[in-house]
Amino acid sequence: MAQVQLKNVVKKYGAVGVVHAINLDIAEGEFVVLVGPSGCGKSTTLRMVAGLEDISGGEVIIGDRVVNDLPPRERNLAMVFQNYALYPHMTVRENLGFSLKIAKRPQAEIDRAVDEAAGILSLTPLLDRKPGALSGGQRQRVAMGRAIVRHPDVFLFDEPLSNLDAKLRTQMRVEIKKLHQRVGSTVIYVTHDQIEAMTLADRIVIMRDGHIVQVGTPLEVFENPVNTFVATFIGSPPMNLLEGVIRAGQVVLADGTAIPQPPGLNVAEGRKVQLGIRADNIMPEGHALPPTAHMAFVEMPVILTEPLGTETLLYATLSGTEMQAKMLNPRPVSAGERMRFGIALDKCHLFDAETGNSLRG
Amino acid sequence: MTRNRLPPWLVLLLPAVIIILAVVAIPLVLSLYSSFTPYHLTRPDTLWKWTGSFNYIKAATDPNFWKAFGRTVLLLTIALNAEMLLGLGLALMVSKVTHGQRALRTAMMFPMMFSPILVGFQFKFIFNDNVGLVNNALQSLGLTDVAIPWLVDGNLAMFAIIFAEVWTSTSVFAILILAGLFALPQDPLEAAKVDGCTPWQSFRFVTLPFLMPFIYIAMAIRSLDVARAYDIVQVMTNGGPARRTELLWTLIGRTGYVDARMGYANAMGYIAILLSIGFTVYFFLKLQTARRELGMGD
Ligand SMILES: Nc1ncnc2c1ncn2[C@@H]1O[C@H](COP(=O)(O)OP(=O)(O)OP(=O)(O)O)[C@@H](O)[C@H]1O
Ligand SMILES: [Mg+2]
Repeated sequence: MAQVQLKNVVKKYGAVGVVHAINLDIAEGEFVVLVGPSGCGKSTTLRMVAGLEDISGGEVIIGDRVVNDLPPRERNLAMVFQNYALYPHMTVRENLGFSLKIAKRPQAEIDRAVDEAAGILSLTPLLDRKPGALSGGQRQRVAMGRAIVRHPDVFLFDEPLSNLDAKLRTQMRVEIKKLHQRVGSTVIYVTHDQIEAMTLADRIVIMRDGHIVQVGTPLEVFENPVNTFVATFIGSPPMNLLEGVIRAGQVVLADGTAIPQPPGLNVAEGRKVQLGIRADNIMPEGHALPPTAHMAFVEMPVILTEPLGTETLLYATLSGTEMQAKMLNPRPVSAGERMRFGIALDKCHLFDAETGNSLRG
Repeated sequence: MTRNRLPPWLVLLLPAVIIILAVVAIPLVLSLYSSFTPYHLTRPDTLWKWTGSFNYIKAATDPNFWKAFGRTVLLLTIALNAEMLLGLGLALMVSKVTHGQRALRTAMMFPMMFSPILVGFQFKFIFNDNVGLVNNALQSLGLTDVAIPWLVDGNLAMFAIIFAEVWTSTSVFAILILAGLFALPQDPLEAAKVDGCTPWQSFRFVTLPFLMPFIYIAMAIRSLDVARAYDIVQVMTNGGPARRTELLWTLIGRTGYVDARMGYANAMGYIAILLSIGFTVYFFLKLQTARRELGMGD
């Protein structure tokens, strides 16, 4: 177990920077998830920690050692690759035991560690197969097993679940969480799936274009996104954003609809803003959460419905913007029907229209 | 029309059948047949005298034949291994080159572009004990002041031949292994690094197993090539001095065309072919095993 620190870490390919001086402190035993859209530099960051990519600037510290110039084998970490990277010519057993064999551990110890990992990951019946004869999910478990036999200081996961079907993904997510609870190692986990990020992370690191945009617990980033990027990236469905101007304490939309400012905010008259409303906080009247003191009402035509069972997702338009709203205890709604929606204003967000930054403190 | 006509599939296959008969089957049968006769090129009637396995027994009990056989196996073993090691080294180095790799790969093929006869002449000159480059160089450097009899001493002559053989054909290995290196998946190598491998261990446990099929393909191709070695040896030493570099095919060639004892030469040829088949089958089996190891199926 070890802490991991990134200090002003930079990665450049030639003149092109792909990671720009990022700073991150990861505590011992912490589960940190890096999320962000494709190409934002998550894998690059992870690979710099692993030692598979040169560090163009700054320092990576694992435990109390600056590891910039150490080869991967001296960093005592285990990595699960996006496409598994199993050794095709070795059986599952050999794949699992390879790192211990390289470390010249006694055969009895290797066997014990392999059997234990195989047991945890239900790989025991597959031990004598080659990776070529395994399904994607099984390969993925072998890749995980290869990491856990080592008891490394740090686990690195690069989108380990992205090749699995939805059901298996949920299942493996639970396995990973259990694994972390059992071994307690530091974990850095890369994904572009925000649900994985929310469910697994102690802290989420949201990246964009090689910068860290926000770091926080899942609830912090969900409840207090620093800008519209985080607001729309975290949470499903993404937060609705309405363009408007502040007039007399209200957000006035392009079509003239006026919605009061969320309480506790005092934005200057005439400022261009974006009002952020999550689908959970805008609901048709009669199907909404108990009203708070800060309710606002708007009328919108429904254009599409997505029944999900216990709730239905309604697509509607407001001032030319497509909105998504949740209907609890749903009833059938036909397209084109105009409905009155209640908005829980105390849960809403205001962002600057130009910079996208949150106007909350 | 009630005339019996050949079925269409036979008609369509006929050209191929005729060509194969003319080019492969008839010579094969004829040479096999003649190996059971005392067929002498200058006396055609000897072709009709059946002597059974006489030629084979003669070959099997001829120490010269077995020495040539042994020497051919020796040449195969040393040349193939040397070419494999050098080719592997060369391929590994070339694969690391970033600028001008194309030019380098083309240059690597040069030795293969020369006729073996010319290569033979070239090395005959290089190893000449009086005017040869090697002796000249050694003497100029003061390493020796005697003229080393490169092509006269049996062992040295064998060495010179192997040297020429390796010079011509190392690039076959290098090219095939380079192809393997280009196809090498990077992920397992990265996994190996993280799993704690030193560069040597990565090579030993990940790269090399992956390259083995490529190496065996090269081995199979080259074993056929070297087993029929004739031209370089013929030019450099003519099997001499005193048969000390005699290989199977120089012996067979001399017996058949110089001594004109074609029946006997054919018998030896068939035994020699068994050697080639043996090596090919061996490497092919190795190749299959290596492929199965890699999970490439069969
Ligand atoms: N060898 C390279 N040379 C130049 N640019 C590169 C190289 N490798 C990656 N990049 C660039 O670096 C950026 C970050 O890549 P990275 O693989 O870290 O993205 P990512 O966040 O992991 O994306 P994804 O979710 O698609 O895996 C990308 O814009 C990519 O084009
Ligand atoms: Mg990636």
